[in-house]
Amino acid sequence: MSAGRIDPMEQFHVAPLTRPIHLGAFDISFTNSALFMVVVGALLAVLVSGGLKRQLIPGRWQVMVEMMVGFVDNMVDTSIGKGGKKFAPYIFSLFFFILLSNLVGVLPLAIVPGLHTFAVTSHITVTAILAFFSFGIVLVVGFAKHGLKFFSLFVPHGAPAWLMPIIIPVEFVSFMVRPFSLGLRLFVAMTAGHILLEVFGSFVVQGLNAGGALGPLVAILSFIMIVGVSALELLVCAIQAYVFALLTSLYLHDAVHLH
Amino acid sequence: MTDLGAMYIGAGLAAIGVGLAALGVGNVFGSFLEGALRNPGAADGQQGRLFIGFAASELLGLIAFVVAILILFVVK
Repeated sequence: MSAGRIDPMEQFHVAPLTRPIHLGAFDISFTNSALFMVVVGALLAVLVSGGLKRQLIPGRWQVMVEMMVGFVDNMVDTSIGKGGKKFAPYIFSLFFFILLSNLVGVLPLAIVPGLHTFAVTSHITVTAILAFFSFGIVLVVGFAKHGLKFFSLFVPHGAPAWLMPIIIPVEFVSFMVRPFSLGLRLFVAMTAGHILLEVFGSFVVQGLNAGGALGPLVAILSFIMIVGVSALELLVCAIQAYVFALLTSLYLHDAVHLH
Repeated sequence: MTDLGAMYIGAGLAAIGVGLAALGVGNVFGSFLEGALRNPGAADGQQGRLFIGFAASELLGLIAFVVAILILFVVK
């Protein structure tokens, strides 16, 4: 096959859209990643704006927004319990930003030539910042509420004293791994899904280019796989957003109630 | 065996870990379904824990995938 290697990592390139803008030594150009973050933010603002009319008998749009808020409120109430309501706005923003940026990244808009959507969360830089933000809130809330007693988080209730030298380092390491695992999970799920879609897409293109008897057959089978994998990708987008928000709520529960 | 060949074989071996994670994820969902079929009323309350278990087992499989990608694209 002399069609040339298709590079599945090329879809993740972040490139400036205008000429590069520099602030001192930092490159703060407006990239395609920034563009899609703005798109996701605008989309979320439009989605929520329909629920702000405060009708007593809600119309359909307001019911949808109420369902969104109710879902996050329910999750925060179940996971954090008392004293958790103040975190609901943050968990709402986190959950819907991740969900919408995952979904926008999977949109098959590239059928219009040149209009490739970019998955904002397919970069470890973005997901790591989100994860460290969650972790930072956990630390700030924990130390503000409990002071130095926050370190009793590493001493589980009811464990015998001779086990402490083993358990405390293990608990500490598993606590410090939390932001990395949060960010890595979302990043790899999105990147793996997009690479899979790109590989099957390249099979379709190369199959159609090959001709003969087998080419179109490969193309049709790969296209069916793309449809199946896209359905799976939609599920994974939703699950990964939910898991990120749920785990953040659970870590906040650990910080608010020390057990 | 050339260096490039060894890299490709290493990446292929790392991808086996992803298949092992599939076993783990299937285990989590299978146990949930088994319990839910015995006690359907208690199933809805435990859905949160189902997804936490899925996320934890999926993460380890994704780490194996990351090792394969590191070998293929990051190692010079």
